[in-house]
Amino acid sequence: MPDFISQWLNQNDIFTVITLMEYWSGLVTTVQLVFLSLLIGLVIALPLAILRTVRNPFVSGPIWVYTYLFRGTPLLIQLYIIYYGVAQIPGIQETFWWTVFREPFYPALLAFTLNTAAYTTEIVRGAIIATPMGEIEAAKAYGMSWMLRMRRLILPNAARRAVQAYSNEVIFMLHASAIASVVTMVDLTGAARNIYARTYAPFDAFIFVALIYLMLTFILVFVFRKLENHLLRHQRPANS
Amino acid sequence: MIDLKGYGPELLAGAMVTMELAFLSLALALVLGLLGASAKLSDNRPLRTMATVYTTCIRGVPDIVMMMLFYYGGQLVVNSLSDVLWEAYEVDFFFQFDPFISGVVTIGLIFGAYMTETFRGAFLAVDTGQIEAARAYGFSRWHTFRRVIFPQMLRHALPGIGNNWQVLLKTTALVSIIGLTDMVRVAEEAAKAERMPFHFFIPVAFVYLSLTAVSELFIKWLDIRANVGVVQRS
Repeated sequence: MPDFISQWLNQNDIFTVITLMEYWSGLVTTVQLVFLSLLIGLVIALPLAILRTVRNPFVSGPIWVYTYLFRGTPLLIQLYIIYYGVAQIPGIQETFWWTVFREPFYPALLAFTLNTAAYTTEIVRGAIIATPMGEIEAAKAYGMSWMLRMRRLILPNAARRAVQAYSNEVIFMLHASAIASVVTMVDLTGAARNIYARTYAPFDAFIFVALIYLMLTFILVFVFRKLENHLLRHQRPANS
Repeated sequence: MIDLKGYGPELLAGAMVTMELAFLSLALALVLGLLGASAKLSDNRPLRTMATVYTTCIRGVPDIVMMMLFYYGGQLVVNSLSDVLWEAYEVDFFFQFDPFISGVVTIGLIFGAYMTETFRGAFLAVDTGQIEAARAYGFSRWHTFRRVIFPQMLRHALPGIGNNWQVLLKTTALVSIIGLTDMVRVAEEAAKAERMPFHFFIPVAFVYLSLTAVSELFIKWLDIRANVGVVQRS
């Protein structure tokens, strides 16, 4: 088998070891970017979603504005505003932040994180407000405090309701991360663009990368299906 | 008003390009969605498999990758097709595969896949008794579709179509990456030339925001209209 692969590589002008390594490092960048932005986005989204359900409009209002702005505008524009905008903040070029934001990775990470946090906030909020009133009343009758209700009842049940929508958001984020290549990042799409620019073989360069994305998507779908089965295992029929 | 440094007319023209792109892609997506849903619900196995492959592949690949594939690859296909046609039949056939066409084709194909799922669910939500009754009255297949299935299906499909439209509108921004001079591209060039990113991108962001807000109201109005015959739980 390795013999077959090396033979194939020798006869191939496009998929040489060098381009395959380029795809590989692009894959690493994409996975890093998507994983980090999803993780940080989720951490931000959880408290925001809880605060968004608060009755006080001075608390929930600003969060509504945030999610509305980030969900109503294209991610590409958000990325451009952050990527080009950070350099224009007066005085930033003398501070430590400039060393961080000069690399395209961090502006992209910031844009993706803020975007996914906005979507995730709305998903989690939807799941929280769908909690049946009777469950909350029962918890109150048992004397559970707000904290305990959140921790034992509302959030675990909201997670069950949210996991389906959140898996869509994760896949959406993976696909959206492809635009990081426009701010000079060499992610999977960036690698494909570079290889296309060298070889002028659009089908080879882009179909290969499309297949990698397809595989990543299938892996995510599989993982989330497992997670959903795990979270909803109490609903499974007894003999299965 | 903010001073757009003379880029105002160009930005407006770009906004028109964005709108044209969005509406043409929507039309294509709706047609593909209806075809896809009919294929998925048909008794023909190869047709069903084809529709499933279509929706799975499209939804697994990022829009921008597909756009680049169509844009860079489309011209190659047109070129070789025109070579073949010239050599075989001496027919002079050629056209430039520009960013606008690739944008419409890609966005239409992508959202066609999402619309397929929307329409499939909506078709399934129509009561089979209604269809049987129509057939019993001697309605032809087309007539049943036109008078019974389609109007009732639309009611169930509208929320999904609305969501897809909102996402589609934002996806049109990506076509600027392959070189279409839409609103985003003009803003990007202006921002680079004037070194004022906030000044140009934030107005463009608000144009998108107002487009989504207006569509939201319009979809709500359509939804109320489509549901006039249904008793709503208040």
